[in-house]
Amino acid sequence: MSHELSDKTALVTGGGKGIGAAISRALAGMGANVVVAYRSDSAAAEQVAHEIEGKAVRCDVTEQAEVEKAVKATGRVDVLVNNAGAVRDRLLLRMTAADWDDIIKTDLTAAFYTTKAVLAAGMLRARWGRIVNMSSVVGITGNPGQANYAAAKAGLIGFTKAIAKEVGSRSITCNAVAPGYVRTELTTGSLTDDMVAELVKFTPLAREGTAEDVAAAVAFLCSPAAGFITGHVLVVDGGLSL
Amino acid sequence: MTQELDFHELQSLAAEILGIDPNEIQLDKSFQRDLAADSLDLVELIAAVEDKYDVELSEETLEGMKSIRDLWVFLEEKQKSKAEA
Repeated sequence: MSHELSDKTALVTGGGKGIGAAISRALAGMGANVVVAYRSDSAAAEQVAHEIEGKAVRCDVTEQAEVEKAVKATGRVDVLVNNAGAVRDRLLLRMTAADWDDIIKTDLTAAFYTTKAVLAAGMLRARWGRIVNMSSVVGITGNPGQANYAAAKAGLIGFTKAIAKEVGSRSITCNAVAPGYVRTELTTGSLTDDMVAELVKFTPLAREGTAEDVAAAVAFLCSPAAGFITGHVLVVDGGLSL
Repeated sequence: MTQELDFHELQSLAAEILGIDPNEIQLDKSFQRDLAADSLDLVELIAAVEDKYDVELSEETLEGMKSIRDLWVFLEEKQKSKAEA
């Protein structure tokens, strides 16, 4: 364990499962006090929190009041990882307005709520901070059946750059990480073994990506070493989107 | 019951947020010119003022906030209208 983030508090939304859990573990490994925010799976979040000696907090990030309450209860947040996300894959002609709205709200609007709350709750005053938004290569390349998700993830990239410019003068960096296909609970419905095998064929690094691969990129952007990197989109996909 | 506004209280709040000496906070001081406050400093200060004094500043009012006096007058007026209510 390193001490790069000792005395720092990190809030990871959706931090109890999949890539979020790997991020929670990686930040805890750097000495951060990690708050694992979850919406529904308390058992998973509690388990991760227990394992890393952090804290699990229930918070539906699509509800601004809940976000503000959770952030206030946490106190100063030094590192924010906007990771909570959802998919509702359908071809556009079958996509309902609710499919669209729900995904935009969970994958994009939630980052606005959390970022605003965290900046107001002390990050600005602390004159130091790290914000990492979990985008996706799909937000850069697009993907059939994911118009809602791709739009939200592309939106996060614009959001990342705007915030990077707004708060840079306070030594707060804001970056995005864009993972490629990673098998987690979120993607079990859409990523079959055959599909993964096919994707690996076109991946220059010739293997499947893991949650830990993605978490390592997030950890780097949160580290003191990344203090001069802001507004960047770090693609973690083994080269698939090249 | 209404409380008297305490200028010293505003001085220490503004000083804490702007990171300067409370005595620098005087009515005739301009946020930008005299106190070197940037737009982010100002929104931080306003957020703290809203919190502390339980008031809300519209975007229009915020744009008109150029000096400590503007802020003080705003708070006095709010206090007055609260007292009358």
